Amino acid sequence: MAAYTSDEMMTIAAARMVRNGSSCFVGIGLPSAAANLARLTHAPDAVLIYESGTIGTKPNVLPLSIGDSELAETADTVVSLVEIFNYWLMGGRISLGFLGAAQIDRFANLNSTVIGPYDKPKTRLPGAGGAPAIAASCGEVLVTLRHNARAFVSKLDFVTTMGHGDGGDARLKLGLPGKGPTAVISDLGILVPDPITKELTLQSVHAGVTVEQVVAATGWPLKVAAQVQTTPAPTEMELSVLRDLNARTALAHAGQA
Amino acid sequence: MARILSLKEAIAEFVHDGDTVALEGFTHLIPYAAGHEIIRQKRRDLTLIRLTPDLVYDQMIGMGCAAKMIFSWGGNPGVGSIYRFRDAVENQWPRPLAIEEHEHAGLVAAFAAGASNLPFGILRGYTGTELANHTTVKFIECPFTGEKLAAVPAIRPDVAVIHAQKADRKGNVLLWGVVGVQKEAVLAAKRAIVTVEEIVDELDAPMNSVVLPNWLVSAVCEVPGGSFPSYALGYYARDNAFYKKWDAMSKDREAFLAWMERHVLATTDFADFRRSLQAVEEQA
Repeated sequence: MAAYTSDEMMTIAAARMVRNGSSCFVGIGLPSAAANLARLTHAPDAVLIYESGTIGTKPNVLPLSIGDSELAETADTVVSLVEIFNYWLMGGRISLGFLGAAQIDRFANLNSTVIGPYDKPKTRLPGAGGAPAIAASCGEVLVTLRHNARAFVSKLDFVTTMGHGDGGDARLKLGLPGKGPTAVISDLGILVPDPITKELTLQSVHAGVTVEQVVAATGWPLKVAAQVQTTPAPTEMELSVLRDLNARTALAHAGQA
Repeated sequence: MARILSLKEAIAEFVHDGDTVALEGFTHLIPYAAGHEIIRQKRRDLTLIRLTPDLVYDQMIGMGCAAKMIFSWGGNPGVGSIYRFRDAVENQWPRPLAIEEHEHAGLVAAFAAGASNLPFGILRGYTGTELANHTTVKFIECPFTGEKLAAVPAIRPDVAVIHAQKADRKGNVLLWGVVGVQKEAVLAAKRAIVTVEEIVDELDAPMNSVVLPNWLVSAVCEVPGGSFPSYALGYYARDNAFYKKWDAMSKDREAFLAWMERHVLATTDFADFRRSLQAVEEQA
């Protein structure tokens, strides 16, 4: 088995969660890499949808922005923003949402707005974009981000996107249609919400990672499953497809000067 | 009825200090040339509206054009922050910037309501987020089912500014590809300026494509390449390398001001701006 990086492991573990045939609303960055890897490996019939209105897109290189020409030119159809958010997303047509974030808490609520107080932020982040609507309306949501105590925090500086609120049946009480986050894939392991309390629980550590490492990189006392599994290491095929994709992407993004 | 004007004339006539202005474009067809002309003509106290303020709003904010921004995602897509926006919010430089922040679905509903001449848009949104405490949104009850829904006030800009691929000589406009909320922005606005890649004899618009008839539009301006470094599908690709370079160029106030002075303020129009950038590339 070839050596691989923790980022490659994260992307591959996230890609494996995209079921063939699912309709997947994709955020830019890590989710986009994972969703496209899934399409190029085990899920050729996954329908990728970006919030720019590109439906069924099959980019040859990863887009830098959410609306690159690559997405439009390889899509089944391109619709307006009014259409994508109303008819497709709020209309309940999307089975899977795929998001990143700057911060996540134990109930998989997400912050992508500010670090520090809202009115006097230490760091002003880009903001919500489509994330709240994706998390509200997709059948279920995957979240992927790098694992450290600055990202996995006991209290978000700002709740941009609701995951499971304060846990339990919070989503049901607020009338949110989708199931919310069903897995969080980091560069250390995979966390899933407890079926009742919805608190994130460490289900799997990636090969070579210890449970203690994940607990130390989490800003709250992390719940750990009774039997923690080990995420299977990347296969040669997964690694080579991902590396080819990343190499094509780097060339394309540097070349368009 | 649309008039064919130079961009300089169109901005002078239709964009005024204190206006609410939507320069729309969702990563595609972003009206950079128009943004630069607003900076050259030193418009002040603008309220800028856009779902995805990126480099052109960063430039307008850094050059002191804006008093307020209404937005739902402010960043350099795939690259990171827009630093002039951050400097304005974090340090009030070059002046304080008021913000009204939404989620995309909320601004989409607000534009559609503006285009429909309705007072507000509705959506299943903002629920369970802190955004609701910091922005203009109220929750209402569906009169038929009792479901709780979010209401956002309609957006009615003084001016919408967009870039499109083509217009004909009568000022009818055609755009295609990722079309964002441009149609809604034009329909919601009191005045509309459209820059285009080219003005042609015959529009030859496919049926059901996005056509803005000339009686919706105040001015059409021919500005080839006018959405650089964004892209115009069928004409040129997005200059992703420029977006990456902007990250370093915009971090420092002095470097930013020097760049804007040299390439925007000291140039006469967008073609001149492109020549000015080209000269730097050739030296490198």
